[in-house]
This record gives sequence, C-alpha cells and structure tokens, in this order.
Amino acid sequence: MKSTLLHQARLNQQIWLDMMFRGLTRLSAFGVLALLLAIIYSLVIGSMPAINAFGFNFLVNDEWNPVTDEYGALVPIVGTLVTSGIALLIAIPVSFGIAIFLTELSPRVLRRPLGIAVELLAGIPSIIYGMWGLFVFAPFFADYIEPWINDHIGTMPMLGPFFSGPPMGIGILTAGIILAIMVIPFIASVMRDVFEVVPPMLKESAYGVGATTWEVVMKIVLPYTRIGVVGGIMLGLGRALGETMAVTFVIGNAHELSKSLLMPGNSISSALANEFTEAVGDLYTSSLIELGLILFFITFVVLSFARLLLHKLGKREGQAT
Amino acid sequence: MLTLYTRRRIINAVGLLVSILAMAFGLFWLCWILITLLSYGLPALVPAVFTQMTPPPGSTGGLLNAITGSLMMSLLGTLIGTPIGILAGTYLAEFGQRGWLAPVTRFINDILLSAPSIVIGLFVYEVYVVHVRHFSGWAGAIALAIIVIPIVIRTTENMLRLIPNTLREAAAALGAPQWKIVNFVTLRAARAGIITGVMLAIARISGETAPLLFTALNNQFWSADMNNPLANLPVVIFQFAMSPYEDWQHLAWAGALLITLSVLTLNILARILFRQSATTH
Repeated sequence: MKSTLLHQARLNQQIWLDMMFRGLTRLSAFGVLALLLAIIYSLVIGSMPAINAFGFNFLVNDEWNPVTDEYGALVPIVGTLVTSGIALLIAIPVSFGIAIFLTELSPRVLRRPLGIAVELLAGIPSIIYGMWGLFVFAPFFADYIEPWINDHIGTMPMLGPFFSGPPMGIGILTAGIILAIMVIPFIASVMRDVFEVVPPMLKESAYGVGATTWEVVMKIVLPYTRIGVVGGIMLGLGRALGETMAVTFVIGNAHELSKSLLMPGNSISSALANEFTEAVGDLYTSSLIELGLILFFITFVVLSFARLLLHKLGKREGQAT
Repeated sequence: MLTLYTRRRIINAVGLLVSILAMAFGLFWLCWILITLLSYGLPALVPAVFTQMTPPPGSTGGLLNAITGSLMMSLLGTLIGTPIGILAGTYLAEFGQRGWLAPVTRFINDILLSAPSIVIGLFVYEVYVVHVRHFSGWAGAIALAIIVIPIVIRTTENMLRLIPNTLREAAAALGAPQWKIVNFVTLRAARAGIITGVMLAIARISGETAPLLFTALNNQFWSADMNNPLANLPVVIFQFAMSPYEDWQHLAWAGALLITLSVLTLNILARILFRQSATTH
C-alpha cells in the first residue's frame, strides 16, 4: 500500500516535469512568433509620424531633405531593387554553372573541397566584401572597366544613357557586382542541394538512351528541380535586398535618381547605416524607420515565396521516394 | 551542315565549358578577396593591435578595446540565444507533430533566418535603446542573440530529426518520461550537430556589423561596462575604413583579417566536428 502511494507520487512528479518541459519548449517556439510580431509592431509604431506626415506619397517622392524635413523613399527603394536586380542577373547563370559543375562534372576528389570553398565564400562577413570593394575593386573598376563601358556600351543608342558617366568606381553598378559576388555562393549551394535530390535512376535512364551531360542537366535535372531552383534564387534575392555593409561602402550614398548605373545612388539599408545614428528630429528618424519597415516588408514577401517553393519541392521529393 | 550528333556534342562541350568557367569565376573572387586581406592585413597585424586601444586619428594604437567588446557581445549573444534556440528547436522536432504552432514557427523561423540584420538593429533600437536612452553593449548582445536564435533552432530541429525513432521508443519502453527521453537520449545523441550549429551561429554574428550600428555603437576608450556604448570590431572597421586617415585604414585591415580568420576557422572547425561525429555513428 505504502509503495504504491510512493509510486503514485513519483509518477505524478514525472508527469508534472513532463508538462513543465513541454511548456518551456512551447513557450520558446511561441517566442519566435512573438519576436516577428514585435518587430513588425515596433517598426510600424516607429514609423507612424512619417506615415501620418507623408502618407502614400512617401513611396513615390524622390525628395530626401533633412533641412526642409521632407522625405520620400523612392531613391533608396529604386537603388535597392536595381542593385539586387543586377546582382541576380550576374549571379543566376554563374551559380547555375557552379551547381552543374559540383553535381555533374567535378571529379569526385575535388567535389568536397570545392563545395566547402563555395560555402566558405558564403561565410565571409559582408563588411569584408565592402572593404575589398572600396579599396580594391572600385579603383580597378574605375581604371579599367568603366572607361571601356563608357566607350563601348555608353555610345550605343538604346543602352547608352544607362552606361555612361564619370568613371568613379563607386556607384550602383559596382554595388550590384559586389552583391552578385556575395549571393553567388548562397544560390549555388541551394541549387547544388536541390540538384542532388534528383533520383539517380532518372538521370541514368537519360544517359542510357544516349543523352549528353548537358542534355541531362537541361532536360532532366532542371525540369525536375525547377521549383527549388526558383526558391534558391529567391533566397539569394532576399539576401541581396537586405544586405547592408557590402553595399554601403561602394554605392556612393547620394540621394539622387540618375539614369546611369555608373552614378552613385543609395539603397534602403545603406541609407539606414549611414544616417540613422546621426538623424536629428522625430520626422527624420521616423522616416528612416519607415524605410526599414518597407525593406522588411519586401524581404518578407520574397523570402516567404522562396520558402513556399522550396517546401513544395521537398514535398514532391517525399512523394517520389 | 553539321549532323545532329556533332551539333549535340558541340552544345554539350560548350555548356560544360561554361559551367567550368563559372566555377573558376566563383573561386577567382574567393582567392582575390583572401589575397587582398592577407597582403593588406598581415603587415598591419603588429603586436600593438592586441595591446593598445583604438587611437585618435594620426597616432598609433591597437584594437584591444574593440576585440574585447566583440568577444563580450558575441559571448553574451550566444549565451542568451542558444538556450532559447535549442528549446524551440526541440519543440519543433519532438512535440510539434500536431497543431498549428510548429508549422507556423518553422515558416517564420526560416524567414527570420535570412531577414535583413539591419532591421533587427532597428528593432532593438526601438524597443531597448530608446527606452534606456543610450546605446549599450547589452543592446548589441540582444541584437546578436536575435540573430543566433533562428540559426540554432534550424540546426537543432534538423539534427534531432536525424535521430532514429527506435532510440526514443527504446527509452520510452524502459519507462522514461518524455523530458528524460529528450534531455538524456535524443538531445545527447544530437549533441555534436547542435554544437556545430552554435559554432556556425557564432561565426555568423562575429562579423555582423549592421545590427550593432544602432545598438552598441562604438567607444573609443577601454570599457567593459555592458551598460555603456561598447567598442566592437565590425563597427570600428566600418568607421576606420571609411575614414581618410591611413593609420585608421591599416587598423581596419588588421581587424578585417582577424574577423575573417576567426570566421573561417570556426566554419572549418564546425565542419570537422560534424564530420567526425557523423563517422563515429
């Protein structure tokens, strides 16, 4: 009798501990949710003064003048989108090539070290890219590449205005290229991972009927993993949009909208990095916070899309096997 | 007129050549950046870097206060973020089979994983710095912790999922309550993988600059007070590199080399650790 009572007490204690532990983990998981809501809430509250003062006009106004206290987000928004666009334009084909090389071509001995090298490139802090961009790449670009661009592309009838300007080295195009170098490893490693989910049987069947390696990649691997590839690209885009330090060093920080990609511009994140701690006045600070809110909104949409696509691919993989 | 066969072979050769060039293109930047770092950073890496404080422009000095500040904030950020991350990751892997919380959390966590870090800096500024009315090391540590959490959640969940269910069932069959199964069986079996995740998280935050700009700011003098603005390597590098003074730029290169070396070392160590644990299983 006494021993069953003791037993019962110990059992109750364990049940209680179980509930406690489960509750603790659930609370932590809930914390992640609360964190997201708190980020959105605090950004919205912080940008209320700017939203009240400028309303929707904030998004389409290209004025950014701390003296007259008038702010518009058009220049940084365009800068963010254009630099990320340039980055993707360069990064997509290169990452695709790297992923093909790593999954289909590389000798087995080299596969691991090369894969690790690509991942290490992804691990280098963005401030290093920024410094390298400012001290090494921008002067090189100004001395050798930009004069050539000016002479050859800058004189073309349609493209010309986008590619002519003083060879300063810093500007939208340089920022886009540095961003491309940064996102290549991200996109390449996602692509490599999704290429590896293609069942070997499919590829071997294609080789068996006489397809070349290139045909296997384009007609078997790519269609099979299309969703995942787009997801990986979106993930890279999310990175590029929010990237701060690499861009801040080389974009030139000019609140001006110019047609030429060789001219300095500004992006949302670099405007924040440069001006936030020096901003005086509620409206100035609040406008910067609204910029942050816009950036968060854009990246949130892009990243959600990326995750949904990658999730979809993961599901199909589950069905296929 | 080429035969179909020749044309296919040519297309194949061109395509594969382009992909080899793409690989070379990717490695080319890695080499260029590393060579630059070594050639500018090594000459600047004199002993004074580790023994003196950040100097005013035009005089010599070191990075001691910045290194200390960075270490303190990274350590605290990791200490705050890791337990929360491991607990939440455990929930996702062990308890979250039913209900809406786990899928939603997983989705949100994946987004936070690559959310712009500068926005996290803004958030901590809004909820902490504004209320205490000064920049501080604590604010920086909190911002870094928010970056650590999603990384640790992700790796913890992934590693726990690799643990075979038979292990859990065996423990349950012996009558172990769930908290013991998780703490003493599954989490222990997944330990190496989780440590790898934490190391990757440390590597990530040790180079983060953007979230520290509005939180820890910078401090030119020696300070170990977490309630004051705290010097840290990334922000010092940012300020010094953007300055026109050569002494400062040299120090920035020394700092950049230090950060990169530590990040790469952490990354490689994490990989070795993970591979060792994978082979012993």
